[in-house]
Amino acid sequence: MAFSLEKKNIIVLGIVAAFVIIAIRLFDVQIVNKDYRVTADNNALKYEIRYPARGLILDRNHEVIVSNRIIYDIMVTPVEVREFDTASFCRIFDIDTSFVNGKFREYRQFRSKVGFRTLTFLNHVSNEQYNMFAENLYKFPGFSGIPRTSRTYPFNAGGNLLGYVSEVDATYLKRNPSYKMGDYAGRTGMEEAYEDILKGEKGYKIYLRDAHNRIKDHYMNGDYDKPAIEGKDVVTTIDARLQAYGESLMHNKVGSLVAIEPSSGEILTMVSSPGINVSQLAEINKYYQDIVSDPYKPMYNRSIMSPQPPGSVFKLVNGLIGLQEGVVTPATKYPCSRGYHIGNLTVGCHSHPSPLNFYQSIMMSCNAYYCYLFRSIIDNPKYDNVQESFTKWKEYVMSLGFGTKLGSDIPFEQAGTLPSVERYDRIHGEGRWKSLSIISLSIGQGELGCTPLHLANFAATLANRGYYYTPHLQKDTPEMPIDDKYKEKHFSMIDTAHFSTVVEGMYMAVHGGAGATARVADVPGLEVCGKTGTAQNPHGDDHSVFICFAPKDNPKIAVVAYIENAGFGATWAAPIASLLVEKYLNDTIAPTRVWIEQNMLNANLLSKVHIKGGKQ
Amino acid sequence: MSSSIYRKIDWSMIFCYLFLVLFGWLNIYSAVGGKGAPILDFSTQYGMHLVWIVSAILIAAFILFVLSPKIYLPFAWWLYAFVLLLLFAVIFVGVEINGSKSWFAIGPFRLQPAEFSKISTSLAIAALMGKYGFSFHYFRDKVKAFATIGVPILLIIMEKETGSALVYLGFLFAFYREGMSGWVILCGAIAVILFILTLIFSPFISLLILLGIIAIFYAVYSGKFWKNILLWSLIIVALSFIPALLKIKPVAKINHFDAEIWLVILTLPVALFFMIKALFRRMKLLRNAMLGYICGVCMIFSVDFAFNHILQDHQRARIEILLGIREDPMGVGYNVHQSMIAIGSGGFLGKGFLNGTQTRFDFVPEQSTDFIFCTIGEEWGFAGALVVLGVYLFLILRICRSAEKQKDAFVRIYGYCVACCLIMHVLINISMTVGLMPVIGIPLPFISYGGSSLWAFTILLFIYIRLDLERWR
Repeated sequence: MAFSLEKKNIIVLGIVAAFVIIAIRLFDVQIVNKDYRVTADNNALKYEIRYPARGLILDRNHEVIVSNRIIYDIMVTPVEVREFDTASFCRIFDIDTSFVNGKFREYRQFRSKVGFRTLTFLNHVSNEQYNMFAENLYKFPGFSGIPRTSRTYPFNAGGNLLGYVSEVDATYLKRNPSYKMGDYAGRTGMEEAYEDILKGEKGYKIYLRDAHNRIKDHYMNGDYDKPAIEGKDVVTTIDARLQAYGESLMHNKVGSLVAIEPSSGEILTMVSSPGINVSQLAEINKYYQDIVSDPYKPMYNRSIMSPQPPGSVFKLVNGLIGLQEGVVTPATKYPCSRGYHIGNLTVGCHSHPSPLNFYQSIMMSCNAYYCYLFRSIIDNPKYDNVQESFTKWKEYVMSLGFGTKLGSDIPFEQAGTLPSVERYDRIHGEGRWKSLSIISLSIGQGELGCTPLHLANFAATLANRGYYYTPHLQKDTPEMPIDDKYKEKHFSMIDTAHFSTVVEGMYMAVHGGAGATARVADVPGLEVCGKTGTAQNPHGDDHSVFICFAPKDNPKIAVVAYIENAGFGATWAAPIASLLVEKYLNDTIAPTRVWIEQNMLNANLLSKVHIKGGKQ
Repeated sequence: MSSSIYRKIDWSMIFCYLFLVLFGWLNIYSAVGGKGAPILDFSTQYGMHLVWIVSAILIAAFILFVLSPKIYLPFAWWLYAFVLLLLFAVIFVGVEINGSKSWFAIGPFRLQPAEFSKISTSLAIAALMGKYGFSFHYFRDKVKAFATIGVPILLIIMEKETGSALVYLGFLFAFYREGMSGWVILCGAIAVILFILTLIFSPFISLLILLGIIAIFYAVYSGKFWKNILLWSLIIVALSFIPALLKIKPVAKINHFDAEIWLVILTLPVALFFMIKALFRRMKLLRNAMLGYICGVCMIFSVDFAFNHILQDHQRARIEILLGIREDPMGVGYNVHQSMIAIGSGGFLGKGFLNGTQTRFDFVPEQSTDFIFCTIGEEWGFAGALVVLGVYLFLILRICRSAEKQKDAFVRIYGYCVACCLIMHVLINISMTVGLMPVIGIPLPFISYGGSSLWAFTILLFIYIRLDLERWR
């Protein structure tokens, strides 16, 4: 060999080198590399999840509207199951033996996946069933029960609004990676909107287990256990009693009833009818098919998701714009001969005294007046062309909250629709349309889509004489303050003085003499200001619309009622909205109005509603 | 026998031995028993192991104080022959455990002759090579030496205890010490590296690296280092363009061979030519280089065959997992995966005696025997593992050192054989538990559970300690 090392030293060097390599490897595995330690914990520690109680939902008067009760999930660890008394098991839970056999066939089929795991066998077992099961637990090796909380609803109110809680599914998990299989989450309504507050924090107990998944010990005497932290309560702006009353008024009608406190933007009541009965919410899975296949779509929150033409209540918008633009004054008079006639175009109107001034036009809801007024806005010589004036008009409308998402804290709020210059260019050809082409906008028809929330917000804006707070459902409390955006006044582009003029017209619509359209909304002692609407639609009878607020000065409540295919605004929407106002402000219905209340409660207008994909 | 020589007894070896045995028992107790388990429960492994330890110490004392050290040399071959007979017999009358037929069952006791064959083989090697006039220069002596370890290897492979057979390759280090050329070990190491490279990458890469290795040796020994290294580098670089050439479209159309085939077609005739030329001109270096290349080519091309046809399925799987070709943490790779988790979770100081979660709760199979090092790593941490490694290293080096001092060649060679057995067992076993080697089921000396293994290593070591005393006489 060319090396000068002696063989015995080469051997020693070799031995030492081999030991050093092993020592380096040990250093890597035991000290540098953290992977193995993490896996070790997963291996030997069994985390038994402790589920927190979900936060409660309270109404504005701190009445509990959603609370919890204990139910049980029955769990099974298939590898630990020995032969058991299937018959008595089925008797306890009132299930079929084929269900049990089917489940076990499934476990056998996927046994490599199931492994040593514990799986949910039955969901939502009642307390009584669980007690019977617990007494006989020794008969059912491998089964166990874990307590979960389920929702209960002391008020039969706000099914749609509250939303439901259900076990998360694969698509939900994909979008919300912080959740684990078996967790529950709010899926709609307030349960979804306030999920982060309500859900609380899961805890766990740690047990040691061996390779066969057998529990051996409570790890470190529970020092590392983490208790579940209960979810926080959410106080809502809803008035539970008013909500319940509103729902009873809307029973057997299709539409929405929304009430807002104008001075804060707090939503007092939000009814979408037909809605989900709260008794179905707790076990939504059981009723889900029925609810989904119901032709009246009870899941659909019309108040925020259903844009419809506003009808005559939109005259108030055009009136405000007309006043602001200076194309009318309160004294401006226009004639009406049962409608507006020009060339071969006629916008019909009902019979009423003529000519009438601005206040009277609101009081009697004259179509012709608003055709004149709208044309003066659009054909205003101030603007170079119709596109420019229309764009200005649209800016005004949007400053009142229409055509945009208001930004409430209710999931799935819709923006509604406002027509655009481009849209009319497409319909009529570029530059080939004029004020007459879009005349239906003057009376709230045509290419307009406003959700009931938009209209309620508009009512609140009128009540505030020119500004609104973004409507919201969460009550501002010291423990849980709301976002500052809900405390911000949104002013419209129209001066306060013009609002007072319009409000005067609304007051006259309810309290005026002959020809006043909304006298049915006159609640003795309350200065209700309102405006009816009767929205034509291609699906059947007109929608009955009414917006109002009360009292006239320092208003406490602004309401919209939108009742689909019901007919005149004054016939259904106005009485219902006024009853809600009366209930809220007076707490009782005046004896002279009890007959109206009875009529509204008992009326069934469902058959008038056109159902898409149509039975009927 | 005067008692005076016992004052010269190598206590440090005995301390190492006692430390390892007792520490081993603690870990077996922790792995199998756990907190509060009654110590004298003889139905358990740790209870039985206590019996093995006591009996092993009695055997050690018998060897030290009773048995005459003079009997080993004359009886070496007789013992060797007797154990070979046992190894042979066990193939037919042994009981089958875990797929291998290497155990005798005598009543409730089981005995693995392969463990004891290490002693007899060591004694036989010492007797053979310690004889005056033995030299690795003689072909006849070489054959004798290799046959002495070859026969037990063959028998043990027939018992399907391939792991144990591997240990016998350790004797090559003793051969090396006694004059065998280092090339044998070097070539073996190169062969293993090429085998692994071929499996992980491709035969083509292996061939290029083989050429590179031969180039370096040739350049070093030729005396004209730079000139030769330049020449060989040019050849290797040129050859490495083959795969790129084969990818060119018109070439790819007519080509039916892989890159490695072309490489061999181009180089093998040249190598053969130079080898024959070198034979005639007596150019030893060129001849050896070309011979090495031709053997290397043959080896590389037989890898596939050997891997897929000679190795058993589980062996193939273990190698694939070690090399990262296959991942199977729940199947064949389960042991190693769990073992590394256990050791890794120990951290620096470990979880403390009886506090290991991984080994104690049966995550690691064979944890009291082949995977006992997991328990050490988990409960005693990096520090404990280092101490154990250190004690082994100290013991082995101590044996080597004292072997070098022997006047009697028989004792010296026997000492090296003992050291070699220990090295192979310790390195293979611990490397396996930390994922440096494929799973080879051999015990950790003095620590693993098992009577045969403990007795065999005790006898192996104490014969040496006793023989060592003779130099003071």
